[in-house]
Amino acid sequence: MIRFDHIFKRYPNGREALSDLSLELAGGEMAFLTGHSGAGKSSLLKLIALIERPTRGQLIVNGQNVNGVPRSKVPAFRRQIGVVFQDHKLLHDRTIFDNVALPLIIAGVGGKEIAKRVRAALDQVGLLGREQSQPLELSTGEQQRVGIARAVVSKPAILIADEPTGNLDPDLSVEVMNIFRRFNEVGVTVLIASHDVLLLNRFPVRRVHLEGGRIVPSSDSQPVATPRTTPPAADSRAAADAWLAANPREGSGPRTPRESRLLDPGKFLGQEGDA
Amino acid sequence: MGAWFTRHMQTLVGALGRLSQHKLATLLTTLVIGIALALPACLHLLIANAQIATNNFDRAVDLSVFFKRPTAVEAVDRVAERLKQRRDVASIEIITAEEALKEFRRESGFGAALDALTDNPLPHALIVHPKGDYATAVHLEELAKDIRALPSVELVQLDTAWVNRLQAILEAIRRAIVLAAGLLALGVMAVVGNTIRLDIQNRRQEIEVTKLVGGSNAFVRRPFLYTGVWYGIGGALIAWLLTGIVVAVLREPVGKIAGLYGSGFQIQGLGLDPTLILLGAGIVLGWLGSFIAASRHLREIEPS
Repeated sequence: MIRFDHIFKRYPNGREALSDLSLELAGGEMAFLTGHSGAGKSSLLKLIALIERPTRGQLIVNGQNVNGVPRSKVPAFRRQIGVVFQDHKLLHDRTIFDNVALPLIIAGVGGKEIAKRVRAALDQVGLLGREQSQPLELSTGEQQRVGIARAVVSKPAILIADEPTGNLDPDLSVEVMNIFRRFNEVGVTVLIASHDVLLLNRFPVRRVHLEGGRIVPSSDSQPVATPRTTPPAADSRAAADAWLAANPREGSGPRTPRESRLLDPGKFLGQEGDA
Repeated sequence: MGAWFTRHMQTLVGALGRLSQHKLATLLTTLVIGIALALPACLHLLIANAQIATNNFDRAVDLSVFFKRPTAVEAVDRVAERLKQRRDVASIEIITAEEALKEFRRESGFGAALDALTDNPLPHALIVHPKGDYATAVHLEELAKDIRALPSVELVQLDTAWVNRLQAILEAIRRAIVLAAGLLALGVMAVVGNTIRLDIQNRRQEIEVTKLVGGSNAFVRRPFLYTGVWYGIGGALIAWLLTGIVVAVLREPVGKIAGLYGSGFQIQGLGLDPTLILLGAGIVLGWLGSFIAASRHLREIEPS
């Protein structure tokens, strides 16, 4: 799904952010990108979202070589990728609904379909019923969840997040990570950059550790890869359950149908078909 | 297609809503555009009304043909018949020497003095009314030359000087209007473009986010284009109101002047066509101004 092949990234000021980096993420895989700030995590994510272009090397995203994407095709390219930011990047003069609907409006989706999918996405992040709120009326954790809803509303095959828990306290961070896990469970390829090792230790997910723009073996003892078919480890599942129990939604049915829907890619976001 | 149309309408209405959030700034910008559009509109009114006021001008350029004395009335009739055949002649009045004398006696008040004359000193005359299409200076001169060439004709009177002058003046004003309209159109585009440029700077973050989630340049540009169109429509409306005020203020004094000249001339406002042209010019200029500004400045804003 994502393949870095001897990628170099050098900025105009001469700083080399990535050097000879090779990395492959399979479709439906989830991985954490770790490392100190300045290690190249953000640069790597920016290459995937075509915010920056590689200086040298080949980067294949969703079957497309980014070097072959002309400037005019960049918007269409970005629509295949959901991006979550540390600072949410919500538009403060619009409602939650309008914020989440933005990618669908850009894609030219019809009004009724937009309403349906926005509600489904907000449901996924536990914010159904807050459509008409303004972003600043929400807590930071809720704003981050709106950011996630916006990233997934157009059902991208790839979801990338740059320090999505950077501004959140530990409990909220676990919540947000669980949301990412659930999207991964329905087949979305997820890559999350974070330096919060304590938080990441709670999730048995593949780690990619960056140092000075290169991949180095991870310093801690977590398992390297966890394919999405592997059931979540007990502690992660427990955390997710705890979160779900702590956030009952009005009108939500018993746990079982929700769980089954979340795990069924065909019903992802209430849609038939691909995810 | 339906969704596409709905989306455009929403953007259009959304742009209007955003403008209405900054009423004073919007009003001032629209006012500047309105004044810039009103100037050529008013000059157009000046020309249009001058043409209406001088519309009886093909009557004013009749030719007076005086015959040599003595010429028989029958010969005058024959000349009149021949001239009537010409395609540039609408009609001909014959004024015989006797009729002319009677009229002169009646109008001049020299009745007693004329009685002292044994002979009628006046020649026979024709008044030639040219057709409207041929009431131009060049044609009239040609017609006069042809009539002068007739052996029985003594004199052809044609006062084209004032026609030439008026036409020259109107032509000069018309050119000035085109020039002024061109300059003012540039001004309108500059005003709209600058306003849009500031708007883009204020909404930088929104533009970045939209591009991050896959919005194309065209998508990001669209609301700004509609904003420009609204400025144009608003400016055209203000210009239309301003010309209406000008016409209303001038109607009475101009009517008075016309009355003093014995004319029933009434100043005319903008007709339907000029109004539509005004509106169309507003829309096109607003769109163009915002298009240029948005294309230039949106390209520079890329997420980082």
